[in-house]
Amino acid sequence: MSTPAIVAQDVSRTYQLDGLSVPALRGVSLTVEPGDYVAIVGTSGSGKSTLMHLLGGLDRPTGGTLLIGGRDVARLTPNELAELRNTTIGFVFQSFHLLARTTAQDNVGLPLVYRGIGRRERRDRAAAMLERVGLAHRITHRPNQMSGGEQQRVAIARALVTGPSVLLADEPTGNLDSATGQSVLALLESLNDDGVAVVLVTHDREVAARARRQIVMRDGLISATR
Amino acid sequence: MRLAEAWRVALDALRANRLRSLLTMLGVVIGVAAVVALVAIGTGTKEQIERQVEGLGSNLLLVVPGRIEAGSAPTSSPLTLDDIDAINRVVGDRTRVAVTIASGETVRAGSRTRFSSMQGVLETTPTVFVRRLDRGSYLTRTDVSTGRRVAVLGAGTARDLFGDRDPIGRQITIGGVRFRVIGVFERLGQSLGVDRDGEVHVPVTAAQRLLGTERIDGIAIRAPDRERIGELSDAVVAALAERHPDTDFSAVTQEQILGVLGDILGVLTGVLAAIAGISLLVGGVGVSNIMLVSVRERTKEIGLRKAVGARPRDIGVQFLLEAVLLTTTGGVLGMLLGGSAALLVDRLSPVPAALTWWSMALAFGVSAAVGIIFGVVPAQRAGRLDPVVALRTE
Repeated sequence: MSTPAIVAQDVSRTYQLDGLSVPALRGVSLTVEPGDYVAIVGTSGSGKSTLMHLLGGLDRPTGGTLLIGGRDVARLTPNELAELRNTTIGFVFQSFHLLARTTAQDNVGLPLVYRGIGRRERRDRAAAMLERVGLAHRITHRPNQMSGGEQQRVAIARALVTGPSVLLADEPTGNLDSATGQSVLALLESLNDDGVAVVLVTHDREVAARARRQIVMRDGLISATR
Repeated sequence: MRLAEAWRVALDALRANRLRSLLTMLGVVIGVAAVVALVAIGTGTKEQIERQVEGLGSNLLLVVPGRIEAGSAPTSSPLTLDDIDAINRVVGDRTRVAVTIASGETVRAGSRTRFSSMQGVLETTPTVFVRRLDRGSYLTRTDVSTGRRVAVLGAGTARDLFGDRDPIGRQITIGGVRFRVIGVFERLGQSLGVDRDGEVHVPVTAAQRLLGTERIDGIAIRAPDRERIGELSDAVVAALAERHPDTDFSAVTQEQILGVLGDILGVLTGVLAAIAGISLLVGGVGVSNIMLVSVRERTKEIGLRKAVGARPRDIGVQFLLEAVLLTTTGGVLGMLLGGSAALLVDRLSPVPAALTWWSMALAFGVSAAVGIIFGVVPAQRAGRLDPVVALRTE
C-alpha cells in the first residue's frame, strides 16, 4: 500500500485563552489512507472541528506528530503550509465560503491563483471541474444567483480543482435540505470512487453511517471507531 | 500570486465599495491638489519677480554710496561726473557705464501736468539697461556734453501729457524749465510694484543744472560677461574708495538681488507645501482607517483564501495594493484638480502660478508612499490572520 495521505499520532491541541490552557484535543491518533472515506462524528465541543483544521493544515498541533502527504506539519514554514493546503487538501465548508461578487468559474479557479496560473488556464480548468459537478450551465452565475446545493457543488469543484488527495468536508450538508444534502453526499461519494480520500465531519449519524469508517469524538479524544 | 492578479483583486474590492473608496480618496485628492496648487503659486510668484529683476538688463552691477544693509541711513552721494571718468578708465568701455541722478518733478505740456521721476542720465542708458524706444531717438553724447535741454518720455508720461498726439518735437517744462521731446520709450509696465513708464530721461548735465548740484546718485555698469562681474565690482569699489576715502561704497549684482529674493520665496513656497502636506498626511490616516475596516469586514474572505493556499504575503500584498491604488488614484485626481486650480488662479486673478513637473511628480510619489506607509499595518494584520479564526468569523 502507498503512503497514507494523513497520519496523526497522539496529536493534541491546547488553546491559550486569557492565560488559561484549554485542551481541545488530548491525544488523537488516526490514519487517512488514499481513497479512504472517513466520517468524524461528535457533538459540538467534542474537538471534531479542531481535528479537521489540523488535518487540513490550517492549524498546528501543540503536541504529537502530524504528517500530511508525508510531510511533518511541525517543521513547515507558514508558506510551506500554505502550499501544502493548496496542493494536497481540498476544503468544503458548511457555509460554502464562496466569494460573493465572483462568478462560479472564478470561485472555482481561486486556488489556482495561488499557484501562479494564468487566468485563461484557470478558467479552462474551472469550467471542466464545474462540468464534473454538474454545473456546466452555471459557469457565469454568482453565488446569490444559485441555490444552496449549487453553491455547495461550486465549493466542491473549487476543492477539487487543484487535484488534492484528500477532501475535508466540514458539515457539508448542514445548510442544505435533506434531498439536496443527499445529492451533495452522492457527489462526494462518486469523487471518492474516483480515488480521492474523503474526510467528513458531521454530527449527523445518518450521514456518518454512509462512510466506510466512523471515528467518534468526545471531550477531545476518540471514544470509538466503527 | 501574480501581480496582475493582485491588481485585479484590489481594483475589484475598491469597486465593490465605490462611495467609500471615493470618500477615502477625497482626503488624498485634497492633499495632493493643495500641494500642487500652492507650489504652483509659489513658483509662479518667484518666476515673475525673477523676470522683473532680470528685465533690468543682464550682467548688471549697481554701485551706490553707503552700505546696503537693513537699517543703514541713506548716505548723501559724494559722486560727481569726474568719478565717472575714473570708472570709465577701470571698465575700459564707456558705453558700459550709466549714471543717474533722480528727482521727482512736475512735468507740464500745455495745460496738462503730471508728476514724473526725472532721471539725469548719460547717452549710454539704453545699452546698459535694456530700454527700447517706441519712437524718436535717444539722447546723444553731444546732448550730454552740452547739457542740451532735450527729453525722452516714458510711455506713461507721454500718454498723460499728450494723449494720442505725437509728442516728438513738442515742448514740455520740467520744474519750470523748457525741454524739447525727442523720443518716447516702449511700454514696460510695472517692476517690483514700481511704474516704470512714468519716467522722463534728460541729459545728466541738464538735470544737474536744473537741480543746482554736481552730484550723481548711482552708477550702473554692464559687465561683458558673468564671470568678470566680481572682479569688476572690486576694481570699481576700490577706485571709488581711493577718490573718496570718507565714504563707503557698495556694489550689488543682479544675482545677489535674485539670490536674496529667491531664498525668501523658496522658504515661503516650502512652508506652503508643508502646510498642504499635512492635509495629505491626514488623508493617509483616513486610508489606513478604512483599510483596517476593510480587513475586518473581509476576515472570512481572508480565511478562505488562506485555506485554499494563499500565503501570508499574498494576502498582505493584496491589501497593500488596494491602499496604494486608493492613494495613487487620489494622487492623479489631486494633480488634475490642483493643476486646474493653479491655471484658473493664474488666468483669473493677479496671482501668478506656474505648474512644475517636479511638484506634480513629488505629489504623485508622496501619494504612493502614503499608500504604502498607511497600508502596511492593515496589510500585515490581514496577512497574519489565523485562518481558523478567520473562517469561524460570521
